[in-house]
Amino acid sequence: MSDLISMTLAEARDAIRAKTISSRELTGAFVSAIEKARPLNAFITEAGEQALAMADAADKRIASGQVGALEGLPLAIKDLFCTKGVRTTAASKILGNFVPPYESTVTQNLWDAGAVMLGKTNLDEFAMGSSNETSAFGTVINPWRAKNSNVNLVPGGSSGGSSAAVAADLCLAATGTDTGGSIRQPAAVTGRVGLKPTYGRCSRFGIVAFASSLDQAGPMTKTVKDAAIMLKSMASVDAKDSTSVDIEVPDYEKLLEGGIKGLKVGIPREYRIDGAPAEIDALWTKGAEWLKAQGAQIVEVSLPHTKYALPTYYIVAPAEASANLARYDGVRFGYRAEGVRDITDLYEKSRGQGFGAEVQRRILIGTYVLSAGYYDAYYSRAQKLRTLIKRDFEQAFEKCDVLLTPTTPGPAFGVGAKTSDPLEMYLQDVFTVTVNLAGLPGISVPAGLSENGLPLGLQLIGKAFDEATLLRAAQAVETAADFKHSPAKWWSV
Amino acid sequence: MNAPIKNKLLKGETGEWEIVIGMEVHAQVLSQSKLFSGASTTFGADPNSNVSFIDAGFPGMLPVINAKCVEQAVRTGLGLKAKINLRSIFDRKNYFFPDLPQGYQISQYKDPIVGEGEVLIDLKDGESIKVGIERLHLEQDAGKSLHDQHPDNSFVDLNRSGIALMEIVTKPHMRTSEEAAAFLKKLRAIVRYLGTCDGNMDEGSMRADINVSVCRVGGYDKFRADGSFKHLGTRCEIKNVNSMRFIAQAVEYEARRQIEVIEAGGTIAQETRRYDSKVGETRSMRSKEEAHDYRYFPDPDLLPLEFEQSWVDAIAKTLPELPDEKKARFVQSGLSAYDASVLVAERELADYYEELAKGVDAKAAANWLNNEILGRLNRDGLSITDVPVSAHANNAIIQMISDKTISGKIAKDLLDIVWTEGGDPRTVVEARGMKQVTDTGAIDAAIEAVIAANPDKVEEVKAKPKLAAWFVGQVMKQTGGKANPAAVNAALKTRLNLPDEG
Repeated sequence: MSDLISMTLAEARDAIRAKTISSRELTGAFVSAIEKARPLNAFITEAGEQALAMADAADKRIASGQVGALEGLPLAIKDLFCTKGVRTTAASKILGNFVPPYESTVTQNLWDAGAVMLGKTNLDEFAMGSSNETSAFGTVINPWRAKNSNVNLVPGGSSGGSSAAVAADLCLAATGTDTGGSIRQPAAVTGRVGLKPTYGRCSRFGIVAFASSLDQAGPMTKTVKDAAIMLKSMASVDAKDSTSVDIEVPDYEKLLEGGIKGLKVGIPREYRIDGAPAEIDALWTKGAEWLKAQGAQIVEVSLPHTKYALPTYYIVAPAEASANLARYDGVRFGYRAEGVRDITDLYEKSRGQGFGAEVQRRILIGTYVLSAGYYDAYYSRAQKLRTLIKRDFEQAFEKCDVLLTPTTPGPAFGVGAKTSDPLEMYLQDVFTVTVNLAGLPGISVPAGLSENGLPLGLQLIGKAFDEATLLRAAQAVETAADFKHSPAKWWSV
Repeated sequence: MNAPIKNKLLKGETGEWEIVIGMEVHAQVLSQSKLFSGASTTFGADPNSNVSFIDAGFPGMLPVINAKCVEQAVRTGLGLKAKINLRSIFDRKNYFFPDLPQGYQISQYKDPIVGEGEVLIDLKDGESIKVGIERLHLEQDAGKSLHDQHPDNSFVDLNRSGIALMEIVTKPHMRTSEEAAAFLKKLRAIVRYLGTCDGNMDEGSMRADINVSVCRVGGYDKFRADGSFKHLGTRCEIKNVNSMRFIAQAVEYEARRQIEVIEAGGTIAQETRRYDSKVGETRSMRSKEEAHDYRYFPDPDLLPLEFEQSWVDAIAKTLPELPDEKKARFVQSGLSAYDASVLVAERELADYYEELAKGVDAKAAANWLNNEILGRLNRDGLSITDVPVSAHANNAIIQMISDKTISGKIAKDLLDIVWTEGGDPRTVVEARGMKQVTDTGAIDAAIEAVIAANPDKVEEVKAKPKLAAWFVGQVMKQTGGKANPAAVNAALKTRLNLPDEG
């Protein structure tokens, strides 16, 4: 059984096509692995029965010769994607027992390709967090533990349930969403691959919105190849999302071939930050050497406005969130407070009780920066900085094809270690937010272990809609890093 | 230009005052579906039956612009002779209200789809004034809260939520309540001609917020000279006035109220007021301090709205003839400016008139329409769209008058017949022998009969030639009204030997 669940998505796909395994067998193995892994709290909603039914349907299609790109492959879905008939929570109390009567475009694309849904994974409430500790459904535990330690670590966030599920072999792959690093950072600290596509590559329709101009769905997988396979099915232009872009979705898997000879890899000097652990810097240097060894050319580039990225992000994202979350008012769906006097009381109590502390903090920040008298000082300036940050990348990409940076400032940290200081938590995104602000694709690839035996990732950043080149470079890092580590399955003993 | 003429001033205790009025009109866009969703816009549907998940603000739903609504806004902009902005931005206007499901209204703030334009209005005394249009922008309507369905709870109907509105903002170019009402009437005519709004005020398809301020005589001219609002008084906004009559009443009341406050030594506080039509007063709703901070920012779910000039040009080519141009054409064809402006006020009326006036004298057609057709419609409580006799049939009646087949009096009887009984006027005239008698023999015989019966009158008329009219009347009676009055006149003159000027 453990052989089945430790397969990569590509391996499972090939095995199903070769009919050496059935989707039912594979799905069954994951369903029981998920049950055993409940101590990780990776799932908010397990959908075992539905998964087996979907697997049977897939097996029928396979038998009749209809084989979709992801036929019969069991996936985990971040609980920010609306799934028709299956409770969707955004890890918030305020959505209550909301069961969407519609399906997000990204998940619909996956089901259309034949994939099977195992369940809905945990996340930071409304995707606001970097450690999965803001979830109303409890913290997710990272399957990884430091060397000689039993201390529970965070799986990163906000897609922490998805990262834990992929790392613990609870699914072949998972969906995530990335607003400031929410796919790449959790992938990095769980030793797996996380891809945030170009803004507009995947439809946002049916994804509970956090910050609309930054949110983007993407895959979290065991390998770069798996990310290529997943993205091909997830991406589409969508008439229901005006910001999705009508650019052909190529066969990313096929485009992985060909190597990186002559590829220009930029090293942005501003990403060397004071106080970053030496092992992060060393890994970064090693990454550049790996690529160089495979024929890439390393060039130093400058992204001068990098230092403004984090403050810019923490103005833009909360501003948009403050409006996006206004619809959770207790009037039409979700949680409604009891014993209210009037409509204002209903709003205040429902929202006060329904939203967690971090969400409330960001709504307050967002409301503040948009307020009369502060708009120009904050929101308006942040938009200008965003333009400058975008331009930095455009200029850098005149000199190179991809950029190489660390993904996170360090490995996974202990549960509760950073919850008392929001600013320190926000620093987790220092290397990743720039990519969202510029709308570019970025990927985190596991590249090595920290001194205490925890995974570290390297990030590659690509040109807009050039995920193909990005994935090829990522595969080069993956090949050189030869990261074969997996966490010990301490939860199922 | 708008010179401060005497009749535009209001007299207070301490002297005369000028009123300055600007308007924000919300006009519902005529379209099958809503501004950002595919839900229907049909009026009068069961509560919450025309609601998509987008309109209800469900999680993960995204707005998608309805191209038809954009086209309608551009069309309206062209009809207002306004600048069309090829790039505009949708913003979120944030506030909490139970009938606002998203918690924000998608509107346009800094970059509207339509910029400055103008509307020409005709006043009763023949004066025409230009009212400047500041802008037109597209926005979503909100739903409706129902407070009378349950003792403890309020209900929300989201049918209207997300329907496209055009907010049309004027410059403060109106000076009297009459001008304000005339502006709204004209704007309504324009959008109805264009087919961009049905203008049904009682269904809420058109609603006006009116800004009123007062200033001392001369302030307005100074404002027009340098554009500075410092010359004008502090304005109050009267929200959601939904009938022409109430507009005039509300403006009148509000201007008088402001003058009284100032003359009593007080100051006008900028505020939003509501007009209570039952008592004819405006009342404070909220002060400037209580005004919402809407925290506008560009809606990240929507790209900037961009289109090509060529698309605008193509729409311009499909524009119908608008009231002003139609009026000019009518005047050229011989109508008075007043008659022409009455006829063009409603597109249906103008269309009816054009059919009616085909091949006949314009003035005669206009008079027939004003005196006979509109009179009967008014009597029967009908509108021009329900008129029981077609323009074509009426055109035949007018033709029969002008070629003297029937007299004007018979024509009215004829209209009464076809109005109630239907039928083709020419056939009715034939069948009922209503043709005018021009046969002098028959007329002479009738004259002889009248003379024979009234010998005393013959003597009187010789002394008082004006009495000839009495004879004409008697002869007409004798012929059942069918005699040609001119022929009767001529024959009588000869027979009674009357002077020509009689």
